[in-house]
Amino acid sequence: MGKTLFEKIWDKHVVKQIEDGPSVVYIDKHFIHEVTSPQAFSGIEKRGAQLFRPKQIVATADHNVPTMHQELPIKDALSKFQVDTLIENCKKHGVELYGLGHKYQGIVHVIGPELGITQPGMTIVCGDSHTSTHGAFGSIAFGIGTSEVEMVFASQCIMQSKPKVMRINIDGALKNGVVSKDIILYIIAQISASGATGYFVEYAGSAIRALSMEARMTICNMSIEMGARGGMIAPDQTTFDYIKGRLFAPQGAAWDQKLAAWKELYTDADAKFDVEINIKAEDIDPMITYGTNPGMGLSVRGTLPTIESFTDATEKQNYEKALAYMGLTAGQSLLGMPVQNVFIGSCTNSRIEDFRLVASIIKGKQKDPNIKTLIVPGSQEVAKQIKAEGLDKIFADAGVEIRQAGCSACLGMNEDKIPAGEYCISTSNRNFEGRQGAGARTLLASPLTAAAALLTGKITDIRDILN
Amino acid sequence: MQSLQKITSKFIPLRIENVDTDQIIPARFLKATTKDGFGKNLFRDWRYENDDETKPKADFVLNQKQYSGEILVAAKNFGCGSSREHAAWSIQDYGFKVVVSSFFADIFKNNALNNGVLPVTVSDAFLQQIFAQGADATLSVDLEAQTIAIDATGAEERFDINSYKKTCMLNGYDDIDYLLNMKPEIEAYEKANQ
Repeated sequence: MGKTLFEKIWDKHVVKQIEDGPSVVYIDKHFIHEVTSPQAFSGIEKRGAQLFRPKQIVATADHNVPTMHQELPIKDALSKFQVDTLIENCKKHGVELYGLGHKYQGIVHVIGPELGITQPGMTIVCGDSHTSTHGAFGSIAFGIGTSEVEMVFASQCIMQSKPKVMRINIDGALKNGVVSKDIILYIIAQISASGATGYFVEYAGSAIRALSMEARMTICNMSIEMGARGGMIAPDQTTFDYIKGRLFAPQGAAWDQKLAAWKELYTDADAKFDVEINIKAEDIDPMITYGTNPGMGLSVRGTLPTIESFTDATEKQNYEKALAYMGLTAGQSLLGMPVQNVFIGSCTNSRIEDFRLVASIIKGKQKDPNIKTLIVPGSQEVAKQIKAEGLDKIFADAGVEIRQAGCSACLGMNEDKIPAGEYCISTSNRNFEGRQGAGARTLLASPLTAAAALLTGKITDIRDILN
Repeated sequence: MQSLQKITSKFIPLRIENVDTDQIIPARFLKATTKDGFGKNLFRDWRYENDDETKPKADFVLNQKQYSGEILVAAKNFGCGSSREHAAWSIQDYGFKVVVSSFFADIFKNNALNNGVLPVTVSDAFLQQIFAQGADATLSVDLEAQTIAIDATGAEERFDINSYKKTCMLNGYDDIDYLLNMKPEIEAYEKANQ
């Protein structure tokens, strides 16, 4: 029997299989950031151990960096201490750091691919659940806890039980106004926030093949939001073209050698998945979430479920709790509802194509006067590209300010927060209670839907603007 | 890591599904550089009105005096969301040794195991039986036998854990000790795969 893409890479990286236990899996690339690494560094030091392969680690500061005046010292003392601790740890242990002020600084899942560090066939981990983003290149990439960060520091290996494999096929052509964020929000709404727990997901089908690398990253990024260990897409010419010529991409003869190996990275025709799901691309509308987990999503033209549609008492209670938090009513439509904030950013949607999409909608127009914005590029490189393409002028003319790179209001660890009780259309990945600030009400959507709200001040079907 | 063999304790029932790690420990408490003291901020925004420790929310189970114990029982998909191990640290620091649910998110489950907190997955039906008990009821968890019992009714269910993790937990070993002893094998792997 043939192998799945996942199995091909996994099998090649198993150093040892512990009997009735996890596999010891070799890790090619380890990304770290300031929030989930300090306790791992101190753990290693307490053991009197050394970092085993510091050259395979890349660090950046992203979660609690300010997105304005990055040239000034960080005001929040705790944030500053955490970022300073990262600098000190990286220096002491010989880890490459693209910290605040560095031209490569940015959200860890934006800079890895953009610098050509992320490559097909690799095993990649980071103390961050959105590490699944890197799976878009045909790598096994997943988020880990701090104890596991320490494991990789100590041994370049991690203990993992082999997950089951699921394939989600999306075939056909996307409707106008529908982008990759809508695909993944649609999938999660279909299978729920826990529907892929225990699985590693491969996304396949003609609709996936037609996507750019950045669009593919958006999909793999949110795999964790349906519980999946990770998500991946087989590499193809789109992947190879994206990587070629990037800073850390192989060059010359090394490129040819790698390319030949990468071309073997696909699921064999006779390979078996534990679960297979088929989705028609034309069934997908622009999506938006209404609740407090990413599975609570619907078409922007849809209506919220009725209370009666829940038969299970706990599920009903949870739905009512979500409605109360969100200030919404069962059965209502969201279209035309006023929102107060728009956040464009996060490891899900902060790449140059996202900014191009938004710019294409707001060009020559003015933002709604009541809308407050947090527009945050994913990296210094993205910020540079925005200027190089003149997109910054389009945003400025629309009355919208572009900030500096970081995770920002996705999780509100820095000062970028959404006020309690206010709605925010957000291109990020989580709508959990309080995620964007205590009491903040998050509505996840695509950059296009966010751009539409930017202009109208309310939840809008982007197709009404496009047509 | 602390070892764990058997425990009999009252439990705290948290009848909420999809409890995400942002609820377990909100992001603003992730700025620490040590593992200590997270327990006081466990479920912070469900526990207190306006982030004010002098204003506990009466309807939240951690604030209801009749409930106590070293076992937390939660509805399905507990620990979804971010990979922050701070969630496991806060549960452990608060004093829980066991978390029971009908379904755990993967990363949280690993993080709990790596910190001596035992995740026990039970059937939906058994979970409902636990929730039906009064505040004085106790549960008994026996890791060696891999069983969880409701003491008052005698109802018992077996739970799964792989034997490697079970041995680690029974003895208080951690994975890093194991991996540090594997260096020659790892170096050999690197050489063979260069």
